[in-house]
Amino acid sequence: MASSSVFAGLAQAPEDPILGVTVAYNKDPSPVKVNLGVGAYRTEEGKPLVLDVVRRAEQMLINNPSRVKEYLPITGLAEFNKLSAKLIFGTDSPAIQESRVATVQCLSGTGSLRVGGEFLARHYHERTIYIPQPTWGNHPKVFTLAGLTVRSYRYYDPATRGLDFQGLLEDLSSAPSGAIVLLHACAHNPTGVDPTLDQWEQIRQLMRSKSLLPFFDSAYQGFASGSLDKDAQSVRMFVADGGELLMAQSYAKNMGLYGERVGALSIVCGSADVAVRVESQLKLVIRPMYSNPPIHGASIVATILKDSDMFNEWTVELKGMADRIISMRQQLFDALKTRGTPGDWSHIIKQIGMFTFTGLNSDQVAFMRQEYHIYMTSDGRISMAGLSTRTIPHLSDAIHAAVTKLK
Amino acid sequence: MASAAFTVSSPAASAVAARSKVLRGGKGEARTGCRVGITRKNFSRVMMAVAVDISRFEGVPMAPPDPILGVSEAFRADKNDLKLNLGVGAYRTEELQPYVLNVVKKAENLMLEKGENKEYLPIEGLAAFNKATAELLFGADNPVIKQGRVATLQSLSGTGSLRLAAAFIQRYFPEAKVLISSPTWGNHKNIFNDARVPWSEYRYYDPKTVGLDFEGMIADIQAAPDGSFVLLHGCAHNPTGIDPTPEQWEKIADVIQEKKHMPFFDVAYQGFASGSLDEDASSVRLFVERGLEVFVAQSYSKNLGLYAERIGAINVVCSAPEVANRVKSQLKRLARPMYSNPPIHGARIVANVVGDPAMFGEWKQEMEEMAGRIKNVRQKLYDSLSAKDKSGKDWSFILRQIGMFSYTGLNKTQSDNMTDKWHIYMTKDGRISLAGLSLAKCEYLADAIIDSFHNVS
Repeated sequence: MASSSVFAGLAQAPEDPILGVTVAYNKDPSPVKVNLGVGAYRTEEGKPLVLDVVRRAEQMLINNPSRVKEYLPITGLAEFNKLSAKLIFGTDSPAIQESRVATVQCLSGTGSLRVGGEFLARHYHERTIYIPQPTWGNHPKVFTLAGLTVRSYRYYDPATRGLDFQGLLEDLSSAPSGAIVLLHACAHNPTGVDPTLDQWEQIRQLMRSKSLLPFFDSAYQGFASGSLDKDAQSVRMFVADGGELLMAQSYAKNMGLYGERVGALSIVCGSADVAVRVESQLKLVIRPMYSNPPIHGASIVATILKDSDMFNEWTVELKGMADRIISMRQQLFDALKTRGTPGDWSHIIKQIGMFTFTGLNSDQVAFMRQEYHIYMTSDGRISMAGLSTRTIPHLSDAIHAAVTKLK
Repeated sequence: MASAAFTVSSPAASAVAARSKVLRGGKGEARTGCRVGITRKNFSRVMMAVAVDISRFEGVPMAPPDPILGVSEAFRADKNDLKLNLGVGAYRTEELQPYVLNVVKKAENLMLEKGENKEYLPIEGLAAFNKATAELLFGADNPVIKQGRVATLQSLSGTGSLRLAAAFIQRYFPEAKVLISSPTWGNHKNIFNDARVPWSEYRYYDPKTVGLDFEGMIADIQAAPDGSFVLLHGCAHNPTGIDPTPEQWEKIADVIQEKKHMPFFDVAYQGFASGSLDEDASSVRLFVERGLEVFVAQSYSKNLGLYAERIGAINVVCSAPEVANRVKSQLKRLARPMYSNPPIHGARIVANVVGDPAMFGEWKQEMEEMAGRIKNVRQKLYDSLSAKDKSGKDWSFILRQIGMFSYTGLNKTQSDNMTDKWHIYMTKDGRISLAGLSLAKCEYLADAIIDSFHNVS
């Protein structure tokens, strides 16, 4: 056995705060435990879900005798890329028709953000990215490691549990011209608070007037409202004005393909010529990172998106998931009202998407974990997808207790 | 998209402006200032508009095609019947078709039947895969496994494993540099460059002997600063196909140990080189047996034909289990902002194949067949070259080299001749992939090599 180690000075890294919640949940032996940590959809029975249409697509692929496992191009599965761009930008999008969109398959949302960030750090003159306060915990790390400087803009107003729109406009107004701005396309993570369409229009005008570069993170298209087109409106508004933007797309939630790591990065460019050059440079980012992306998940997506029957089936299953979440919101709100839990809980039904920013503080969160075996991230974010009619009473009891016993 | 020359009052107006055709001069340099352009027909009217800086990425230059993957693109574009793709290292059958192993198909069907979910893997990947991959590499009975001294993370095939390790080196060994063989796989340099890890080369290939420059290799490793990371190909060196002998490996380990260097193995061909998983891992196991801490990047692209599934692992053998835990925790911190967690499909295939004795046996058999086909092709190529080449040149290096590739000794101009005249696609360093060669095409290839070698300089 080697006696000494070159790693002697290495510290133990803490568990990832979001994924660490599930680690802790798994260790808990309590029969009443509820996992409201990571954003993965659960059925009413509390089980993970693989969509029927996904299973069908997978069956078709695996039973296809002519299917091979050759390396994809660096940019990924071409068919998948085209279909993904159409999905988010709309089939009639002028940007697509004018060949101004460079799309590369990446490893889900994270991979798309990282590749986009690295590209900007190399080729864009402004190396600062503004991210909303708060945002998904992994965002600052992704962009910092990509080589960008991370700043934040005001977003969530704890007083209203809604959008701090004035603060947002002020902070973006004082950003340097050309700065990059991260925008959640819909179903903001962790707050569930989205701008209205009017507010999006104001944001768009402000950003274009200052040449701020939009970088959209779209992880919930179709999952938020139940409508693919509705959830893409913010993005399409920006594309319609002819300007440039980056778009990180994920199929983890809306197709339930979490572990397959399927996503795409699209860069909408000012001209087709620029798009070609941009794509060539994206390849130089990807090749030394992982050479080319994994085929399985992308093939499933392409199979579904290109077949109109399967596409329709998907939209039905997707709406089913979105509707169940919306129903959970209503049931939780009603349960708290019934218990007479102090406070205004209407944000639960106003917020949208997988998550609710409850407004609970970290002491209350810890209390709920300790006494009620409810697992959530310390910022008070709960995943509605992890709730069921069966577990709502237990959760509302826990919230009630936390709010009345601790401040 | 704004300008000083006019105000953006509505999406429509700015869209019109944005789609103005730009009269662009210069070579892709960003041009500031106004351009006058004519818009496309909009609402049946043609308008003049002034547009400023049509793209923030105007100055982005066109990147050159990847030297290895770009070969296949060029091959696809060639319409000639005689064309042969000896570029990228992907195995082909005698009929020059891609090959999905039977055992992989079995595993996938089994997975379909099991109907498992598609939940996120932990950041470090599928536990069953990590266990299997470390055991395969070091041997299940290896003390390092039994003592829990190996930090293993499932990663994105060989490239992803190397990149994670490189990121780790950059963060925790910022003063260290990596020594890479001259030549080496083309992407190695890119990986370390992007990870901002300095590198230098150690002599490896001797063009005079078409063999290993062993003395040069030892001297360069010796001369490097203590504590350097030495990148070694576990077997089937890419691109040369030239591997050290077991005795030479011992001497390499001696000098690495003496200089307190960190051995860093790239194992992309375990089982594929000789046909035997254990034999191909012997270099790695030699180092581990000496009690050294070792980095090993693994790939299942070739040996299980899982190219596009991107399945591999980074392993770090540490002096103690608690060290391995700390190293693993820090590798996770680097993986999370890169891709969060790795893809499940390929990992499950490997875990299923290795976990079932019958399938594991079948895999070994198919791997022997693939390695065997390559050895047969080497023999036939050698025979063809020896028979056709009247110059007396010694072509036996083809038989001595091992694995998917052969370093022919052809230079760039000669390699270009192979492509331009003979429609044979290969990388410009003279590397051919024997996995892309059939017995039927050996004579044609021999003619091309002889022509390029003797008639082109």
